[in-house]
Amino acid sequence: MVVACLTLSGAVGVFGFSFGVGSVAAGASVWQTCALSLFVFTGASQFSAMSVIGAGGSLGSALGGALLLAARNGVYGLAMSRRLDGSLGRRLLAAQLTIDETTAMAVAQPNRREQQIAFWLTGFALYTFWNVGTLIGALTGSAIDPRTFGLDAAFPAGFVAMVWPLLTDRRARLAAVIGGVVFLATVSFLPIGVPILLSVVGVLVGVQRPVPPPVGAKVSRP
Amino acid sequence: MSWTLVIVLALGAYAFKVTGLVILGGRSLPAVVERCLALIPAAVVTALIVKDTFTTGQDLVLDARAAGIAVAVVAAWRKAPADVVIVLGAAVTALLRQV
Repeated sequence: MVVACLTLSGAVGVFGFSFGVGSVAAGASVWQTCALSLFVFTGASQFSAMSVIGAGGSLGSALGGALLLAARNGVYGLAMSRRLDGSLGRRLLAAQLTIDETTAMAVAQPNRREQQIAFWLTGFALYTFWNVGTLIGALTGSAIDPRTFGLDAAFPAGFVAMVWPLLTDRRARLAAVIGGVVFLATVSFLPIGVPILLSVVGVLVGVQRPVPPPVGAKVSRP
Repeated sequence: MSWTLVIVLALGAYAFKVTGLVILGGRSLPAVVERCLALIPAAVVTALIVKDTFTTGQDLVLDARAAGIAVAVVAAWRKAPADVVIVLGAAVTALLRQV
């Protein structure tokens, strides 16, 4: 668990660095960039907001896309509330740490005690690495031209790393294709940022009930 | 950039987390709502990839980023860790700009 946690922390540090660089390149100050990582602390939303702002999108469309992506942490909260003990104060602190990685590490553990240890350990490690990475990235981004080092490609490359593990599921792949196609179809005539909001129609794939595999069927997973 | 974005996003993101963990607690949402919420990242993040790879403002463009991201996709497909995917994407983009 500790090894997995440290490996994850290293990757999150690099993510944080690329967020820091991209965020200042998109027009935020070093302070604003660090405040985003300290207080928002959910990577996809932060990347999304600064990606839209950097392209010249409005505040409303930047916030809209980022908040759509933040909504899933509510679902993780539901999953974690069945596994975490403690006072209201502790739960309010736990809420800030409830993101993809901490939830995934916690639910992977075999019993309640280890689930709690995994959650807090991963939470504090990632919070530290994410924020230190952001600070170093923001300072670096202010000092160099990010394009020279290809760092403008760090945002989409980060998005690729985020989305790939989700695409093992057929419905997620379909949602992804719809999201991408809707964006391409609308980008040239809608205000910047709005096509990102519209891409959320891809989730309607989830309205249909999943078909359970027939009893006795061979289940093959890639 | 205005601080409004930072403040509203911080409050909004925390509100979602608290709603799930503290307010709703052990209760569960209708299955269809949970299924749709779970699909948001796949749909929206894919649109963001297309945006940051193939567009500048409202214009579709094909430049060094496309090659960098193609390499990043191959790396992700070959199960490379996230940091390797990011570094490869940036490095290939930077190298192509030098030639």
